[in-house]
Amino acid sequence: MKTMKTLLDPCCGRCTHTPETPCRDYVRCQTEGPLCHDDPACRMERERLLRELKTEVGSQKQAVLFCTGTGCASSGSNKLIEIMDAEIKKAGLDVSVSTRPTGCHGFCEQGPIVIIEPAKTFYTRVKAEDIPEIVAKDLVGGERVEHLLYVDPTTGQAATTYANAPFYAKQHRIVLHNCGHINPERIEDYFAQDGYRGFAHALQDMKPDEVIEEVKRSGLRGRGGAGFPTGLKWGLCRQSAGDKKYIICNADEGDPGAFMDRSVLEGDPHSVLEGMMIAAYAIGADEGYIYCRAEYPLAIKRLEIAIKQAEEVGLLGDNILASGFNFRIYIKAGAGAFVCGEETALIASIEGKRGMPKVRPPFPAQQGLWGKPTNNNNVETYSNVPHIFRHGADWYAGFGTEKSKGTKIFALTGKVNNTGLVEVPMGMSLREIIFDIGGGILGGKKFKAVQIGGPSGGCLPESLLDLPVDYDTLVQAGAMVGSGGLVVLDETTCMVDIARYFLNFTQKESCGKCTPCREGTKRMLEILVRITNGEGKEEDIETLEKLAGVVKSTSLCGLGQTAPNPVLATLKYFRHEYEAHIRDKQCPAHACSALLTYTIDEEKCKKCGLCAKNCPVKCITGDKNTPYRIDASACIKCGTCMEKCKFGAVVRA
Amino acid sequence: MEWLTLTIDGRTVSVPKGTTVLQACRMNNIPIPTLCHDPELTATGSCRLCIVDIEGMRNLPPSCVTQATQGMVVRTQTEKVRDARKTILELLVANHPLDCMTCQKMGSCDLAKYAYEYQVTGEAFAGGERRHLPIDDSNPFILRDPNKCILCGKCIRACEEVQGRGVLDFSHRGFNTQVGPAFDLPYAESECVFCGSCVSVCPVGALTEKQMAGQGRPWEVKKVQTTCPFCGTGCNFDLNVKDGKVIGVTSNPEAPVNGRALCVKGRFGMDMIHSPNRLTTPLIKKDGEFVEASWDEALSLVAEKLGEIKAQYGADSIAALSSARCTNEENYLMQKFMRAVIGSNNVDHCART
Repeated sequence: MKTMKTLLDPCCGRCTHTPETPCRDYVRCQTEGPLCHDDPACRMERERLLRELKTEVGSQKQAVLFCTGTGCASSGSNKLIEIMDAEIKKAGLDVSVSTRPTGCHGFCEQGPIVIIEPAKTFYTRVKAEDIPEIVAKDLVGGERVEHLLYVDPTTGQAATTYANAPFYAKQHRIVLHNCGHINPERIEDYFAQDGYRGFAHALQDMKPDEVIEEVKRSGLRGRGGAGFPTGLKWGLCRQSAGDKKYIICNADEGDPGAFMDRSVLEGDPHSVLEGMMIAAYAIGADEGYIYCRAEYPLAIKRLEIAIKQAEEVGLLGDNILASGFNFRIYIKAGAGAFVCGEETALIASIEGKRGMPKVRPPFPAQQGLWGKPTNNNNVETYSNVPHIFRHGADWYAGFGTEKSKGTKIFALTGKVNNTGLVEVPMGMSLREIIFDIGGGILGGKKFKAVQIGGPSGGCLPESLLDLPVDYDTLVQAGAMVGSGGLVVLDETTCMVDIARYFLNFTQKESCGKCTPCREGTKRMLEILVRITNGEGKEEDIETLEKLAGVVKSTSLCGLGQTAPNPVLATLKYFRHEYEAHIRDKQCPAHACSALLTYTIDEEKCKKCGLCAKNCPVKCITGDKNTPYRIDASACIKCGTCMEKCKFGAVVRA
Repeated sequence: MEWLTLTIDGRTVSVPKGTTVLQACRMNNIPIPTLCHDPELTATGSCRLCIVDIEGMRNLPPSCVTQATQGMVVRTQTEKVRDARKTILELLVANHPLDCMTCQKMGSCDLAKYAYEYQVTGEAFAGGERRHLPIDDSNPFILRDPNKCILCGKCIRACEEVQGRGVLDFSHRGFNTQVGPAFDLPYAESECVFCGSCVSVCPVGALTEKQMAGQGRPWEVKKVQTTCPFCGTGCNFDLNVKDGKVIGVTSNPEAPVNGRALCVKGRFGMDMIHSPNRLTTPLIKKDGEFVEASWDEALSLVAEKLGEIKAQYGADSIAALSSARCTNEENYLMQKFMRAVIGSNNVDHCART
């Protein structure tokens, strides 16, 4: 009997599935087959291949997993695979050990990340010279390479496995489940994880209205920012009259620091396609577009591979799984405008027009792409959907809070020990995310605030750390879930400067269409720059609040309507910092260089000259007989002198 | 037709279904300021000056793109609405040159009109950054000062939707957004055909008729509606006459044939009226040189020559070629003359091929 080389091969001549002659049971057959005939030989072949793909505990074979997401790939992980392959061959292990490129683990600062399955040993920051050691010690000797294990910065303990690392221990990974474990460029890896089972179930066992009901029952809300209920959105589009409808996947992830969508696209592209297919079936669409920013070349490449593979096995195309349902997916690479994340601008961009938002109504569900009813969700939303249909709406609704169900991925960054992607059930407190998963503040400094929701979000102070993170609570507190950016700020961060940073971003990314957003954010930014330069005027806060109110209430799209949020939130919780800048000409965080002066305390100065030696602009003069002095007019306020002085003689005010 | 009843500023009004709040206001003589709105162009809701307060709606929706609904309660002059409009005007004026004294648009500038109404002096946000873009002086017809542009986008829509050219669009982003042909080309190097539709819709002094610069103020000018003499289409426009002299042409929105649309000749070709090169009498070539003649003299000469040719070579030796751009009446007369007077059917016109 002919053996199967991959899971995709027919087990024997009795299998008739092709895209042209589709078999209804093709997807289920991948993991439970054969279904159309009973043959132990065929079954054993499938089981053998599945074991190899999954390398679970008890497996005879080992797999070395290399993250090839954008982060680890830029630290050289692709080269490491080549070296490992050669070393495995040299050690004669090529029968029992294989390498597998995977997607992102969301812990990019520790990259390149290497995992040994089935033991799930978790190696971080692996370099080329570490590979022979991993082979000799771990793969051959069965011992861990201790110095490559992840050490928790707060406890000093090494994490033996992936799940042991505190960064992962409190996470609950549903959407990110496959990321970092499967080879995103092989559809059979996705099949082995029950991939496309949700789609097959929806397509074959449910009517479109039942699919929409199921999504409604799951409580899934849009993960792109506003949190609109997904089932409701699908229902509106389904009800719109029209024989031609479209599905759009918004992969124009643009918030500074957010990269969860990129990770899903790079690490588990089929989950996004599967979510889109379920949506298309529910709504009655036969074509879909993925609008992915061109700055994500790896995501686009993996999507192209995934779409081609799905077409080759007949999961995209005509008469999918003999159901009569037709669906095709195209990729549109965006040209880099942040505003194209707004759905009407995104649609204009797909149509070849300048990406500028349009007035709603009509909503895309009524008149979207090419004037046809269109459903638009983002990457994370779509990749939640297959899980709902694999495990049921009730299972999904078991995670999260009353009004915010499921899990949400956050991009944790800033002044925190562990940075990366964090997927947690909705409702977890900020404190748990920042201190338990994030490992607390970097360098033992004091927490000041957390900026949530990207440029449209807000900053929350320490007093709100126990707030549960869900859509409605955050909005009430003056922030938002947004796309899930979580920037941790410590005592050295100036809150006026943070507001300035985000407003600078939104001002540059405003499309320029409506007056308040285009001109109003510019004047707000000018005021913030003035304040941080120590030139603030007493009436500036009032003007800022007035402008913020007008921009919020009169702008055309979500970008303008939320652009003042960082200013309003910092004014709400950190007004005293604004006042200190304006009235006392001081920056309480000592971050605004225009408001700092460095002087040398002659009594403490030992005239060692270290400050003068290290000053990058050579503005410190003095010698053994003359006291050291800083020329304030030339000083660039970098603080190097203060860092270098061993006697605390440099005073910052 | 289904009618809706709504309340605007305390007044109960009825409008047909499908009416916007702005239309409902204007139908009932309730003033709403607008800069980007034009009844002939797609509503984009971009200037945000027409915002109103509508019960039950968050934010201040722009009336030009908000559909009136049954029972809607609209307030157009609340303090919040007027304050927001004033701030929007202040923001526009803060990035607009205040050289109104020499601006060709003075007297018909919408921005100045609303700035006056809302008492926007230009002091707010003084000292902030302003645009300093080069003025497009590349052609003899349209003067384009992008620094005066308020980015209402009407010129873009007029070019695209009325003229079908699509020469203009927005470029750049945020504060640096501007309007112009692709690649920031000057008009002369772009695909522009100088129909001037953009000029006719510009609410400020960003697009003006170059010929009229410095020639007269709107209040000094008498507008005389007339029919364009250049071709047979029959476009109407207003001759702008100051002190008995035609200084230029502006669209007349009431023109029955063409509305505001005109071609380059109609809008910018009227300088021929006072041109020293203009022929005012017929010329007859005598001894190799053209010499001024009277109409009687000239017509007699033509009649005489045609008669001679016909007598010598026969009627079919004469043909007449007319223009499809002449009026129907003129073309009718031409063929009648050929058939009845000359006796030939040799009649043709330039557009037949």
